[in-house]
Amino acid sequence: MYVAVKGGEKAIDNAHALMRHQRRGDTAIAELSVTQIQQQLPLAIDRIMNEGSVYDPELAALALKQASGDAAEAIFLLRAYRTTLPRFGYSEPLNTEAMQIERRISGTFKDLPGGQILGSTYDYTHRLLDFTLLAEGEAPLAPSETGEMEQCPRVLELLNKEGLIEQSRQPGEEDQTPRDLTREPVNFPAERAVRLQNLIRGDEGFLLSLSYTAMRGYGDSHPFAGEMRTGLVSVELVPEELGFPIEIGEVLLTESEMVNQFHGSKEQPPQFTRGYGIAFGRSERKAMTVALVERALRAEELGEEVLYPTQDQEFVLSHTDGVSANGFVSHLKLPHYVDFQSELEMIRRLRKENANVQQEAEQ
Amino acid sequence: MNALTDMNKGAEGYNFAYLDEQSKRMIRRAILKGVAIPGYQVPFGGREMPLPHGWGTGGMQVTASVIGNSDKLKVIDQGADDTTNAVSIRRFFARTAGVETTEQTAEASLIQTRHRIPERQLQEDQILIYQVPIPEPLRFIEPRETETRKMHALSEYGAMQVKLYEDVARFGHIATSYDYPVMVNGRYMMDPSPIPKFDNPKMDMMPALQLFGAGFEKRIYAVPPYTRVQSLDFDDYPFEVQSWEENCSICGSDHSFLDEVIIDDAGSKMFVCSDTDYCRERVELYGPTEEKQP
Amino acid sequence: MSSEVMNNTQPWQDLEPLLSVNGINKFYAPGKGCGNVNFDLYPGEVLGIVGESGSGKSTLLSCLSARLTPDSGQVIYNSGQFGKMDLYDCEESMRRVLMRSEWGIVHQHARDGLRMNVSAGANIGERLMAVGERHYGAIRDKAEQWLEAVEIDTGRIDDRPSQFSGGMQQRLQIARNLVTYPKLIFMDEPTGGLDVSVQAKLLDLLRNLVSQLGLSVIIVTHDLAVARLLAHRLMVMRRGEVVETGLTDQVLDDPQHPYTQLLVSSILQN
Repeated sequence: MYVAVKGGEKAIDNAHALMRHQRRGDTAIAELSVTQIQQQLPLAIDRIMNEGSVYDPELAALALKQASGDAAEAIFLLRAYRTTLPRFGYSEPLNTEAMQIERRISGTFKDLPGGQILGSTYDYTHRLLDFTLLAEGEAPLAPSETGEMEQCPRVLELLNKEGLIEQSRQPGEEDQTPRDLTREPVNFPAERAVRLQNLIRGDEGFLLSLSYTAMRGYGDSHPFAGEMRTGLVSVELVPEELGFPIEIGEVLLTESEMVNQFHGSKEQPPQFTRGYGIAFGRSERKAMTVALVERALRAEELGEEVLYPTQDQEFVLSHTDGVSANGFVSHLKLPHYVDFQSELEMIRRLRKENANVQQEAEQ
Repeated sequence: MNALTDMNKGAEGYNFAYLDEQSKRMIRRAILKGVAIPGYQVPFGGREMPLPHGWGTGGMQVTASVIGNSDKLKVIDQGADDTTNAVSIRRFFARTAGVETTEQTAEASLIQTRHRIPERQLQEDQILIYQVPIPEPLRFIEPRETETRKMHALSEYGAMQVKLYEDVARFGHIATSYDYPVMVNGRYMMDPSPIPKFDNPKMDMMPALQLFGAGFEKRIYAVPPYTRVQSLDFDDYPFEVQSWEENCSICGSDHSFLDEVIIDDAGSKMFVCSDTDYCRERVELYGPTEEKQP
Repeated sequence: MSSEVMNNTQPWQDLEPLLSVNGINKFYAPGKGCGNVNFDLYPGEVLGIVGESGSGKSTLLSCLSARLTPDSGQVIYNSGQFGKMDLYDCEESMRRVLMRSEWGIVHQHARDGLRMNVSAGANIGERLMAVGERHYGAIRDKAEQWLEAVEIDTGRIDDRPSQFSGGMQQRLQIARNLVTYPKLIFMDEPTGGLDVSVQAKLLDLLRNLVSQLGLSVIIVTHDLAVARLLAHRLMVMRRGEVVETGLTDQVLDDPQHPYTQLLVSSILQN
């Protein structure tokens, strides 16, 4: 006699044990430590912090280890952890102009005050596999002395002096506390501060592809990299008891400002328009793609025709979240046999009726 | 045991039922609004949960917000308590809330479900919590949220009726077999979650409170007890439920939703109740069915 | 000059206007848009708005049909359900109800006015279903009636518009709008892109329907032959301004304004 399948609990326990076993791999090989991951895979850590929305390199490294190297899974772990963290308050707006710059480039001018500082980058490497790394034979280079840093004023402010680029803030406009999209539901159309939050914690691959479409003709985008700067920025908080700001730490940030063209209207002479992006760590790709997509999403606000998906707020902002996307796609692995049974019953019935109709027609 | 230790009972380092009290408060407000406006989708600030989006986090947030120490929780998926995700969710609450869990529909005060309504009629002191992937019944007709919001506000539901017309013109039947749209309290069109249409009639005038949580889409809605819930149809093509020629091979029921099980390479089939607890109860009461087994 | 011509309009002055347009202005840039438009439209009247492309006639039509908010001015519609409505000073819900019941819009491109992915029957039946019709058989019967009225073979009731010819699609659009017996129809170049013989058939159909059903119509067209066949009155537009109005035959046979004269002479026709 048929007995219903039981044992779901046991199956799950065994699955978890097997997963832990695979994660560890060959026990004859040394175990990877969280510190090693944090130190030696920093760019992976940066991505996890951005999409996990928590600045804590050690936790990101732990998540990556626990996730067997799967960035999406690690990001999920960090997000879930974030939910449980108590909130003290909001920091003061970060002053990226006072950044301790380690890298700073501009595509719009050959030279500029502060200079082009290449910093550490893969950009000009030749992509040839380095087999000396395989043999673990990389001798650490002693860092050389860094010279005195020149002042690095913002490139976009240089354009601003001539009135060539739109103001990021209207004269007299006050700073406003942005809505926190992790606490309140998002409604469309969403204001710029909410859009930026959404993009920054969005899946890097999705933003990259959208930027690609915008540059390849599915958008009216002719961007220039006005400025990109990477470095440490201090984070300040005003505790209630003190009433003045104190520094509570530093974060490593990469900031990207894009310059785009605008066609002037009858009221306004033509001006360049802005796209802004920022990310934790040395995530240049992330900062740039945020700037490109956020500019595309400003199409309606700037009176441009909305023709392409990248310009469509609802289309883009509803689908940036990698954690949600992963969850929903992977949910297909859950049992769906009841819905499927409903479909089976329907299709069998329709086919039967169809067959009857055919039969009658032939008689 | 005072209230503070009660609250901290459960997983180390986490609040009772995982969510912090502020979040629960926010969700309860959304639930109250949903109960006050039957069938209306209330946006809420959905929290990240330790299970993936699409795997029941909406239902879980609702459960986490209404569950208390004295509750008995039942969790089912596809009608069964023993499917892997139901097990996973039940364990989550056992760990983070320390509440009693049960497989018996009759004993449960809270039932979280995915894709089925229990066969046994629910009572006034029970709450049924549905997991919902896509809360918007008009989503596949109109992808834009800005437009569907207007359609609900203005009761502009013609487009859905057009879809049903098209089904009848093409197939001779309304072709939707699950996730079948309903009108709640004569006002709002609602997505009942992907339950088979077989279960839709159970929602009508149900004595229990029905709550719906979509975590991914951040919407909560509700049907208060004894509310009218009617499945959409035409006067001359009325709503019909599924039926099988076979009865359950275990308990003999001729009125339950049946799962089809393939038992050999030749493709021989057998049909058993999808609601495992209901099946078990019938066997206890009436003994196993005497029909010949293949 | 135009007011002199206006005073020659005749028989509908005793009735209440169906649509009153006062001082409508909508400009995107100097010369691009429409300005200072004033007229009244009476039940059963067909008004043609003619001019070259870029004259602002489509912009004006959008302002009149509540799809584009003008910079200034008023459009007052005398609704059977709501009484006199200032279109831009009323609830959006009322406007939407109007669009589905008392008004019709026939677009130049059928894809803008039809659901291309559902059957002809569903397209015609939609308005009925939107106002609560729930009997499939009855909806289908009405759809068949209207297919006949617009001379489409009723056997094609389950075909999709994508399977229809251009002329048939336009006729389907008309049927879809007429099913709720609207009082006012807006048409934007309804014969644009159609074969000459197909155009003639469509125009004939429109003329019969208009007179049988007592419809008021505002039709935008650059084709003076279309205007002459359908419209009682004409409004000639150039660079956003109304340069001449009057009875169709008078405007076309005895144009007063130099631009109208130019338009009427064969150089600018098509």
